[in-house]
Amino acid sequence: MISVQTADFDIAKLYQQMSNNQLNPNGYGAVVTFVGKVRDFNQQQQIGAMTLEHYPGMTEKSLEAIVEQTKARWPIGEPIIIHRVGELAPGDQIVYIGVVSAHRKAAFEACEFLIDYLKIKAPFWKKEQTETGYQWVDARENDTTAADRWSQGNH
Amino acid sequence: MLTIVFFAQTRELVACDNIELEFNSSLSALETIRSQLASKGDKWDLALQQDKLLVAVNQEMSPWDTVIKDGDEVAFFPPVTGG
Repeated sequence: MISVQTADFDIAKLYQQMSNNQLNPNGYGAVVTFVGKVRDFNQQQQIGAMTLEHYPGMTEKSLEAIVEQTKARWPIGEPIIIHRVGELAPGDQIVYIGVVSAHRKAAFEACEFLIDYLKIKAPFWKKEQTETGYQWVDARENDTTAADRWSQGNH
Repeated sequence: MLTIVFFAQTRELVACDNIELEFNSSLSALETIRSQLASKGDKWDLALQQDKLLVAVNQEMSPWDTVIKDGDEVAFFPPVTGG
């Protein structure tokens, strides 16, 4: 399940949805979830607020493609990806990734792969409000490095 | 007709979300589209000559040598920063 939304999400409900209903019936002994939140400072600057922009249509398609890639590589159930857009404040939840598998190793790895690829492939852009005004967040080199390691077969 | 869309810093610099271009065969090269748009003014030039500028064709990240055809949607934007 993929959702790009302005609304917040409830991880307890998502956990139930992932592990306890027809989305992933039985047999999965491992559930791994990741939540990304808005930091209150970034690059030595205090953050007052954040705006998340996205490319409607392409965002959903790119997330579906990342999910397909993940499912081709690890024996996982149907993952849940939720990404918020619009106005957010420090401490707010931004992204949820939930993965189920029979055993923990595949679930941990698939969850990490999903967030690593989302960060370099999905068309979202963050703009932060600091003391000196609004500024777009720069892409980080180490996000590319994090995603690259999955293509080197050394995990 | 080509639909050109912009996001994030790129959108702010060119001060518009999208424009349409009448298609002709010279616009089948992304570099021609890019330089034609860059010639619209200083801000357009600044936005479109960024080293790290990315391009998506029909909502898929695409290499700069992708061949464009009439009716395509071409998007220009900076490296993504979600998650």
